[in-house]
Amino acid sequence: MTTAPSEVEETGTDERVLPDSPWVTIVWNDPVNLMSYVAWVFRSHFGYSKAKADELMLAVHQEGKAIVSDGSREAMERDVEAMHGYGLWATLQKADE
Amino acid sequence: MTAGFSPLRRGGAHAQFEPAQAALLASLARQVVELLRDGVPDPQVAEADGDPLAQLVGVDGPADPPDDPVLARLLPDGYSDADPTAPHDDGGELADANADFRRYTEPGLRDGKVATAQSVIAALHEAGVDDPDQPVDVELDADGVQSWLRCLTDLRLAIGTRLGVEQDDEDRWESLPPDDAARGMHEVYDWLGYVQETLVRTLP
Repeated sequence: MTTAPSEVEETGTDERVLPDSPWVTIVWNDPVNLMSYVAWVFRSHFGYSKAKADELMLAVHQEGKAIVSDGSREAMERDVEAMHGYGLWATLQKADE
Repeated sequence: MTAGFSPLRRGGAHAQFEPAQAALLASLARQVVELLRDGVPDPQVAEADGDPLAQLVGVDGPADPPDDPVLARLLPDGYSDADPTAPHDDGGELADANADFRRYTEPGLRDGKVATAQSVIAALHEAGVDDPDQPVDVELDADGVQSWLRCLTDLRLAIGTRLGVEQDDEDRWESLPPDDAARGMHEVYDWLGYVQETLVRTLP
């Protein structure tokens, strides 16, 4: 048994209580992935409707990229990691960039 | 020529492959497994410049992207403030974020892709891929469909990156001589896309 170091008590006074500034997940167009597959990934991972998934997929295809989700940095890292698992080309960045 | 996948009434999907097609799928999946495993950086080297906290919790992957362009595409950077194909020059902030992201996510991503490819290989063996005289009937449940979709994607990413496939470049491949190796590989790439398209269409 050991006692907790006294520093732990100060955790609650950490000033970083405000939520992170918003971040976004961007999916980039690539010449390999099938349009139907990309739309399915958006439905499957994000739970988007078919209409929204198709709209995002077409934005990726036609404009070269699309913002597919927004939220905290940690949440966007999880989304990007998931997109890489599906083989999509995704990155995260601050929302205002 | 396989007709590709069709939906099963109870869910999942079925396809019948010619023996050579099934053997090709298994061979390509094995190559992706080998590529992902061979490319794992030497743990001694990773330890030298690794994050001690990350090592403590056992999630210490490499900080740098793989040199092999196929691996770099399968395991891409997580951060970008512009087209990720453009060279980054932001004084290191982005590089640091990418290094941290990669340390924490790349080992899991590699393992996931290896497991996915292995499940495809296992399904092909279960369906009798080792018998060169019989058509190979593959039946997938819902999880199997997911694994095959992901694996077919990784196979196409691997071949597409090796070949240098670009948007709307079909003419380039069709203009190659019929016996050109790259043309043959591009036909395999197209065929994988066809199989994947039929599998996507089985989804509810």
